[in-house]
Amino acid sequence: MTKVAFIELAYMVAVVLFILGLKGLAHPRTAVRGNLLGAVAMGIAIVATAFLKELNFMWVIGGALVGGGLGAIMATRVKMTAMPQLVAIFNGFGGGASVFVAAVELMQKGPQESTSALIAVGASGLIGAVTFWGSLVAYLKLEETWGGNVVYPGNKVVNVLLLVGSLALTGYIVHDPSAVWAYWVLVGLSTILGFGLVLPIGGADMPVVIALLNSYSGLAGAATGFILNNTVLIVAGSLVGASGLILTSIMCKAMNRSLANVLFATLGPSEGGPTADSVYEGKIKRTSPDELAMMLDGVRRVVFVPGYGMAVAQAQHVVRDLTHLLESRDVEVLFGVHPVAGRMPGHMNVLLAEADIDYDKLKDMDEINPMFSETDVTIVIGANDVVNPLARTDPTSPIAGMPILDVDKSRTVIVVKRSLSPGFAGIPNPLFAMDNTLMLFGDGKKALVELVNALKEN
Amino acid sequence: MEGMLLLMVFVLAIFIGFEVITKVPPTLHTPLMSGSNAISGITIVGALLVMSVETHGLVSQILGGVAVAFAMINVVGGFMVTNRMLEMFKRKD
Repeated sequence: MTKVAFIELAYMVAVVLFILGLKGLAHPRTAVRGNLLGAVAMGIAIVATAFLKELNFMWVIGGALVGGGLGAIMATRVKMTAMPQLVAIFNGFGGGASVFVAAVELMQKGPQESTSALIAVGASGLIGAVTFWGSLVAYLKLEETWGGNVVYPGNKVVNVLLLVGSLALTGYIVHDPSAVWAYWVLVGLSTILGFGLVLPIGGADMPVVIALLNSYSGLAGAATGFILNNTVLIVAGSLVGASGLILTSIMCKAMNRSLANVLFATLGPSEGGPTADSVYEGKIKRTSPDELAMMLDGVRRVVFVPGYGMAVAQAQHVVRDLTHLLESRDVEVLFGVHPVAGRMPGHMNVLLAEADIDYDKLKDMDEINPMFSETDVTIVIGANDVVNPLARTDPTSPIAGMPILDVDKSRTVIVVKRSLSPGFAGIPNPLFAMDNTLMLFGDGKKALVELVNALKEN
Repeated sequence: MEGMLLLMVFVLAIFIGFEVITKVPPTLHTPLMSGSNAISGITIVGALLVMSVETHGLVSQILGGVAVAFAMINVVGGFMVTNRMLEMFKRKD
């Protein structure tokens, strides 16, 4: 068997293992093994490639040690609440790597490349640079070092011009493959495009942005595969591209908005909607941890509905204590998780898993909604727009038609919240004023610690 | 012709991706993202391919070295953090 055939075979094994690895993620029990299969596949692909050519070991090993070391440090140190930031920045590095691979290939072999490879060079530069800079902006926004969403007039027109410019430069590179400068100008335009696409978006729309950038990072890898005629790059890249696209579409559906609307429209408070005063005036009932402890005596089912506020307050561990306490009194405890709760897909589930809450108790929207009518107490912690009944009733509301968790159907709703301030959509929430709703004002963690203490004394 | 064949591979892989990934439950969407992130570190293969001893010029070597480093952050960091998360989902017996 020739060396090349042997390496192609190794690539095939790697591709199969990547697919089996992703298949493993279909269930929490098989997921750890699935991830390991993916890592083994990556190892096989790397070792096989290292045999193909005599490598420039100084730079390769140097780069691998620095990159591997940084990756390992970030992966071990990151807090679970900061996972969206980490995933955002990792997306960016994938895109950045593609930009440089395409650059080196063009500089080394430009004039010998086929037309399709040169088109792929342009695609790698474009998608890679957008992913890198877009992810960096997303990272800074999630870290909250960069507050506020920047919208400048003509933003969309500028973005379109940048895209057209990048495509034109790709055409120029095909025409004259020795024009390395054209590639760097293309990367420059794509850099501005990366900023222009992500700067206007923020807050609760972040899950969509991260999922989309995830998809781009895969597509950038696939594009480099087209430059190098390499199947493992194309397959692995397109698997990631597909994964990101699916998550993007799930997130958009969960907000009842189109992708174009998330990317290009700015969400603001609706004109003429009900004002906070008219919704809340005289109808808000407060409760205290002691009163709540008494109320929880003898109930059969309690559902927690966590939102981003739970992550901010780091309240997941006290929620676990509360869960165990209630379960020791034969109360059934479940969790209702909205698909866009938190700052990335599945964010809440990871936090609750970190706090040792069994994944069987985590129910998604379709599962939990029919159960609310048979729920004694629902406790909403740090969620707002995803439990706002206006989505069902007011067709003029900015969240109209968004599928929500029907917490208002449970016998009693407790909302743990600092104040009556609106959520990301900027509208009042009539849930807070309903007859069966009680507000427990305060920091999520502190309020629940007091509740746990009150329950223990009770 | 080879370009068309690669395009075929690309399209088929996207279909496989859709089939496999729609079966991932929402509970595991964050590990799915970080895990697929690690897989997008496959660009390491591309970085190795352009970093042979024949690669001449300091600029090319530096850019290639940076590409290796970026891709390795993705690979090592991605798989490690995914493993860390998935271990938390394991049932404690």
